[in-house]
Amino acid sequence: MSPKRILAVLLSVLASAALAGAALAADLAGLIANLTAGGFGERETAITALAASGEQRAAPILEALASGQLYVRKSDNLVLIGKPDGNQLSLTEAISGKTAGSGTEAELDRVRVNNRLRGVIEAAVGSLTLMSPDARVRRGAAEALFKRRDAASLAALDVALAAEKDPRIKRAMSEARAASVLASDAPTAQKLEAIALVRERADRDSLGVLDATANSATDPEVKAAAAAGANATRQTLAAWEAAQNVWYGISLGSVLLLAAIGLAITFGTMGVINMAHGEMVMLGAYTTFVVQEIIRTSAPHLFDASLLIALPLAFVVAGGIGILIERGIIRFLYGRPLDTLLATWGLSLVLQQAVRSIFGSSNREVGAPSWMSGAFQLGQLNITYGRLWIVVFSLIVFVTLILVLRKTPLGLYMRAVTQNRPMASAMGIRTPRVDALTFGLGSGIAGLAGVALSQIDNVSPNLGQGYIIDSFMVVVFGGVGNLFGTLIGALTLGVVNKFLEPYAGAVLGKILVLVFIILFIQRRPRGLFALKGRSVE
Amino acid sequence: MITRFLLQGMDRNLRLFVLLVLAIGIALPLLNQIMPPSSPFYVPAWLLQLIGKYLSFALLALAVDLVWGFCGILSLGHGAFFALGGYCMGMYLMRQIGSRGVYGNPLLPDFMVFLNYKELPWFWYGFDNFGFAMLMAILVPSLLAFALGWFAFRSRVTGVYLSIITQAMTFALMLAFFRNDMGLGGNNGMTDFKEILGFSVQADSTRAVLCFASAFTLALGLVVSAAIVGSRFGKALTAVRDAESRMRFLGYRVEGYKLFVFVFSAAMAGVAGALYVPQVGIINPSEFSPANSIEAVLWVAVGGRGTLIGPVIGAFIVNFGKTWLTGALPEFWLFALGALFIVVTLLLPKGVVGLWGQIKARSQAKKARAPA
Repeated sequence: MSPKRILAVLLSVLASAALAGAALAADLAGLIANLTAGGFGERETAITALAASGEQRAAPILEALASGQLYVRKSDNLVLIGKPDGNQLSLTEAISGKTAGSGTEAELDRVRVNNRLRGVIEAAVGSLTLMSPDARVRRGAAEALFKRRDAASLAALDVALAAEKDPRIKRAMSEARAASVLASDAPTAQKLEAIALVRERADRDSLGVLDATANSATDPEVKAAAAAGANATRQTLAAWEAAQNVWYGISLGSVLLLAAIGLAITFGTMGVINMAHGEMVMLGAYTTFVVQEIIRTSAPHLFDASLLIALPLAFVVAGGIGILIERGIIRFLYGRPLDTLLATWGLSLVLQQAVRSIFGSSNREVGAPSWMSGAFQLGQLNITYGRLWIVVFSLIVFVTLILVLRKTPLGLYMRAVTQNRPMASAMGIRTPRVDALTFGLGSGIAGLAGVALSQIDNVSPNLGQGYIIDSFMVVVFGGVGNLFGTLIGALTLGVVNKFLEPYAGAVLGKILVLVFIILFIQRRPRGLFALKGRSVE
Repeated sequence: MITRFLLQGMDRNLRLFVLLVLAIGIALPLLNQIMPPSSPFYVPAWLLQLIGKYLSFALLALAVDLVWGFCGILSLGHGAFFALGGYCMGMYLMRQIGSRGVYGNPLLPDFMVFLNYKELPWFWYGFDNFGFAMLMAILVPSLLAFALGWFAFRSRVTGVYLSIITQAMTFALMLAFFRNDMGLGGNNGMTDFKEILGFSVQADSTRAVLCFASAFTLALGLVVSAAIVGSRFGKALTAVRDAESRMRFLGYRVEGYKLFVFVFSAAMAGVAGALYVPQVGIINPSEFSPANSIEAVLWVAVGGRGTLIGPVIGAFIVNFGKTWLTGALPEFWLFALGALFIVVTLLLPKGVVGLWGQIKARSQAKKARAPA
């Protein structure tokens, strides 16, 4: 093709496009004019005609009409959309979308609608949006029509289906069509076909459609097929629900793991019950709060990184305080575990009150960075990013800790002291130093847990108390001195808790878990994975 | 013979102390009743109530001391036994309200009317009888202690594990009693009591009698505890505390000893709870909170574990401090309480009662060193 011809083709395309645009605009103006003239009967035919035109610009006009915001100016008969703006209405031209200043109700005539018309408008807007160039809008319209299951939308769906290219939207549209078929008086064969299609969706909405069909259908064949489909859907849904519960359980379990793992180290290595462990978690959460406050006031652009900044700080703060506690109190109480328990309880009261005096007793707001907010769907599982990150984070902490215990000298010393303190000491390990570092490590991990918990719990001075008993249960259940026991204990307790909740309610479920653990400890006093050997007694 | 058995365990100090408790329990109520309000010796009713409350706390502390100080079982769940006894008393007092409640229902307590109960739950039957209620105040905690102890001691759950289990127990009970479906008042608990044995709970004379009753029960508890501790059985208990494995190897059935003292102590805590409730006029699930149980342990630690006088003194000191500080410097109370835990465990392992001995030992050690 020569350049001239290309130019000519281009020109002609442009010209025809412009012509078509002009024709459409003229059409639209005519249709809109019909809309504003005459009684409710004429208005209905005008609305149907508008819907049939497939004109995208008609959608906002119809919406304005439905909400009573469509006006005709008395002076020049111009159709306007008026949005309330103080005492006046700010006006835009309905067809062109240009602003048209403002006016009062007195200068304008409102185009009236009644409830019947509102229904018609809704269907019209639905079928208009089915033709929208925006794929997301089309899909949303198809979903909406599926839920409405209105025989009247069949025609619009057929038109849209014929024009649709995107297979996923096509699928949504054919499902919506099937739902509409079920609501219409189509022949049995078509209805059965529609049921098969709807059944494949297997979600809550399709269950609604099938249930409604099973209830209202007169044809026994259709009724039976719909009932069978509904049952199958129920089973699928139940399976998804179980999966969702498992996810919630894992999520709760990972929180328990974070809170308990530090405790498992100190308890396992030193046989020390640290009642102030929950307060270390709380300190971690408050560290996050302080970091976010500083970022908010002096460097707002760093907000998304606030948690990453808070993590090492929380570790250092909680770990440092942990070492102070060990050096200041606990080392004087070795061999007296019950006294240690009481002293650390006292310490927890002091820490709580100190935080209450500094930060106040009300809950503090800790924001979520953008990468932790929102959710996504996996099949029919609803997974929030915040929870997902906490699960990932707790696993990272767990693995890191295992590596520290297995691959570093400190880990070697710690394991030696756990297994046989006198022998380790005889081998030249400075056990007091190992004790202090272990306690610092355990407390530091509690601080990390606090950063994570600040995302899902109220940051208040009582934050730690809510977790201390649960964490003890995890440690005791899993077995002392074995981190895998803690992992399995935490996940088991989390999942069991979440599975009991729907049947027994949250509180009773928790009570049952506690009773279960109390009974379990009677059977296996040293937990699931007990240390064997002479160190036990 | 019984008298001899009861008295043989008491040394001179303890006898004097029991007499002192009884003297307080008789003198204060008498001064309240006999003296005119204008007299400087008049004891106001609020003071009677306060002392009565402390006396029931002291009984709880004694119960904790019996298992912890003498048998080495650190129970962090004695508050649960205390609260259960309190609930039994509360149920009796609720039934005494009769049709004088807000809703005027002759059969159902107010909260049941409010929660749409149609009839009285089965476990409320019998609680209109004082004797039955008191029996339950002893039996219910004992049974719970028996069930828990039977399992725990047989599986040789000891030390901190047992502490954690008892704490979980009281925590679970707290959650359970917070539920409205329990039929025990939910989170509001029970209050607005009117009468006990036909006497108004608000009246000064009733307060005086309750104060006396608390002192008398405490004295009785001290005498019985002394008898237990002083007997051969008591010696074996102390031996279990100090060397459990050795006792086992010597052929003693350690579980039996522990179980007996645990159940007895729970019953005592239940009685303490039953005395506490009519004096404060309310019982609610927060009595089950783990913090309360640990506080009771602190009273024992402050007073001096392993002595019988210690827990009583400790309960009085700490609670007096609490009453005074929560009024004067509420911010400071938790600091003080927390610091007390730390100071007592670090510096005063034998408590206030042992302080004298500590000082004496130190001065003797100095004397012994001086000539050399």
